[in-house]
Amino acid sequence: MSEISVGVVVFPGSNCDHDTEHAVASFSGIKPVMLWHNDHDLQGVKAIILPGGFSYGDYLRAGSIARFSPIMKEVIEFARKGFPVLGICNGFQVLLESGLLDGALSRNRDKKFLCSQTAIRAVNCSTIFTSLYKEDEVLSIPIAHGEGNYFAPPEVIESLEEHDQIVFKYTDVQGLVTEEANPNGSLKNIAGIINLQGNVLGLMPHPERASEKMLGSLDGRRLFESLFHHISGV
Amino acid sequence: MPYLAKIKVTLRQSILDVQGKAVDHALKNLGYRTVESTRIGKYIEVTINEEEIVEAERIGNEISRKLLSNPVMENYSLELEYIK
Repeated sequence: MSEISVGVVVFPGSNCDHDTEHAVASFSGIKPVMLWHNDHDLQGVKAIILPGGFSYGDYLRAGSIARFSPIMKEVIEFARKGFPVLGICNGFQVLLESGLLDGALSRNRDKKFLCSQTAIRAVNCSTIFTSLYKEDEVLSIPIAHGEGNYFAPPEVIESLEEHDQIVFKYTDVQGLVTEEANPNGSLKNIAGIINLQGNVLGLMPHPERASEKMLGSLDGRRLFESLFHHISGV
Repeated sequence: MPYLAKIKVTLRQSILDVQGKAVDHALKNLGYRTVESTRIGKYIEVTINEEEIVEAERIGNEISRKLLSNPVMENYSLELEYIK
């Protein structure tokens, strides 16, 4: 069986690109392809991942300059055609800046850069990225960000809720959405959202850092697995 | 002759300004009891080589909306200065 290619975009300042490549490569039949920010050719990939990091040093606003990288023009078109695009952490920030997802991420409520294992609940498991999770399953996945405080105007939040576009929420270990379990001040404890078409997902937690036993959690692995099942037609 | 576009970007009132809050606390700790609130934004200068102020203004507004500010959480103001 020939391998299916999955693109990992590399911006200047990306630093989770190789972790993501490593996680992708651990699935049989899937081949990671690194896509440089200055490229225009998506090399026939079937899905694209925008990894975490500090693209362009987070200058101006996180993700704001990366959004205008040459490759992003292709990524936006790829997404508009319905192909899957996943944005992790800085990748989520780039997706919001590019308008592929609604809302914005501002500084964490308590001003701190947060780096810790966090409980999130998969609240929508009918997406192509979460089909292998059990509804309302609580996952242990690390976060590492300074600007992860999700904000959107009330009408956008209402629409996200109405269309089941909130995919992950920060919770306590029991899966309860509480203020104490909200690490960064995100509205409605939002940790990840999907677009209306269901092919673009952005989340602040790092599933690639919870994809092998050695890393202390395997909970992020099924996110990639769900996506790869989808693109390989399993 | 170019114009100097002076662009101020500020967080919308509804957005928690954590930097402003920290500095506000510091000012109050320094004893400035009449300091009521502090908010932090960005100040950007862009030189635009256009003859007509109307065109310089159009570009100034366009770049402010497109890249320099994020309308979801920020406001901007634009001021143009003729460079002799």
